Amino acid sequence: MDAAGYAMLELQGLTRRFGATLAVDQVSLAVPAGQMLGIIGRSGAGKSTLLRLLNRLIEPTSGRILSEGREVTALRGRALRAWRRDCAMVFQQFNLVQRLDVLGNVLIGRLAHQHGLRRALVLLAGAFTAGERAMALAALERFGLLEVALQRAETLSGGQQQRVALCRALLQQPRLILADEPIASLDPANARVVMEALRQVNREEGITVLVNLHHLDTAREYCDRILAMQAGRVVFDGAPAALDAARVREIYGISEEEFAAEAAARAEAGRAAA
Amino acid sequence: MTTPVLRHDGADPPDAAVARGEAAFRAARARRRRATLLGLALLAACLLASAWMSEVRPATLAEGLPRVGDYFHRILPTLRWPVLLAGSETEGSLASWFYRLDSWAWLLFETANMAALATLLGAGAALLLAFPAARNLGAGTLAMQLARRGLEAMRTVPEIVFALILVWAFGVGPLAGILAIALHTAGALGKLFAEAIENAAMGPWEGVRAAGGSWAQGCRFAILPQVLPNLLSYALLRFEINLRSASVIGFVGGGGIGEELYTVIAQNYYEEISAIVVLILLAVAAIDLLSERLRHRVIGAVGGAA
Repeated sequence: MDAAGYAMLELQGLTRRFGATLAVDQVSLAVPAGQMLGIIGRSGAGKSTLLRLLNRLIEPTSGRILSEGREVTALRGRALRAWRRDCAMVFQQFNLVQRLDVLGNVLIGRLAHQHGLRRALVLLAGAFTAGERAMALAALERFGLLEVALQRAETLSGGQQQRVALCRALLQQPRLILADEPIASLDPANARVVMEALRQVNREEGITVLVNLHHLDTAREYCDRILAMQAGRVVFDGAPAALDAARVREIYGISEEEFAAEAAARAEAGRAAA
Repeated sequence: MTTPVLRHDGADPPDAAVARGEAAFRAARARRRRATLLGLALLAACLLASAWMSEVRPATLAEGLPRVGDYFHRILPTLRWPVLLAGSETEGSLASWFYRLDSWAWLLFETANMAALATLLGAGAALLLAFPAARNLGAGTLAMQLARRGLEAMRTVPEIVFALILVWAFGVGPLAGILAIALHTAGALGKLFAEAIENAAMGPWEGVRAAGGSWAQGCRFAILPQVLPNLLSYALLRFEINLRSASVIGFVGGGGIGEELYTVIAQNYYEEISAIVVLILLAVAAIDLLSERLRHRVIGAVGGAA
């Protein structure tokens, strides 16, 4: 909570229905600034829908989202774009422009900061300033990607691409990062690098991070707080230590090993798709 | 038609199962063949009906065909080997066949310029209209309908009709021809461009929009880099088509070599007809070669710094 008593994010009865399915069902919670919140759940539990609702990529059926007292669900047009700039998304499939070079992909993070004539110039001629390029290059250098800055995104490995996506997110100068299964398409070594990077921006820049994960171990290792979802509902919300094996079995009806095996199978499928 | 279901109840011995599968396959194949035959029969009936209605009769065809040959025979130049390379004063030399090469070359150059300008103008307009016309980018219903209907109107009206209207408005000359071809090009390319955009990957689009990018920024930074090689390739192909269009648009006063071609055809200057047609063929072939090379280089090169 900040001085005025507002949370970075407050969800009030947030619900999203797809036909007959309730993807997200009456989710209410508050996230204080600077937290690293892990959201776990089996496939189809509504984790992804929840993050997309927060960025307003999809609209809620009912309920509200507030950020520092402002109603996010009411934003339109320019104000909505400003909100999206403030809560950067990182996707499982990276969502980079494959034919564009790495530097160009990172600079996309600056688009929502441009206004008026500058905006038009960049739109027509791709005329980013030296200052913007400096920001992008510094971000790339930070994650060991400076050498590939001029290569097309499609020439990079999955781990590298996800770090490029993270650089793009950082160039938005966000207050929040919403990471939707950021490591599900990566091998273990690259998954670690990306999780470390997320932790670093959370601790050093104080950016609030919400990250969807399907490995319990990863969530326990990196997150301050864990949210477990099942069929659209939040079924656990607490400290990582409280989510022990007995609790997992209670929530999901399967052992932690089975949960991990399921996650591994999904990760395999994700890598094959990437 | 429903496909017979291959149920596995576990009771069949293996060869009975194979027999059942084979029977199902044969039934499916027979159905496919009947459908194909029916389709072909329908097609043949339609062809015959349309030939009858548009008065394409075998007798007329047999009667007219030799005359086509006659015409070609007439426009052939009379060249004589001994004096082939002699000056234009000598009857039977190449130079006398192309005795007005200088003015024809100039007209051909003008024609190529018309085609280039018209392609550029048309492709520019097509690019602007293709984004709202594409179904996947969610431009508003009104913008999408306007763009789609506008493109349709532009490509449905033949260039010659546009040219007639524009000659009336702007007078005889290349401007009318250029605008007429540009209009048709915008309509034809706009549809192709929109289809290329509809096939683009949507992940990057989501990435740009989720970062707070506007609709226009999404088009520019997420979609354009993906489709640009395709669009350039289409535009170059259109340039070749437009060179042919520009060669005949002069028939109705639209400038270029067409006016000259029309005059010599109308006046029955047979040898000049063949000379001009040969020049147009050469120009189209040259542009064909050139644009193919360009296209391959473009596909490899596009996609550098933003």
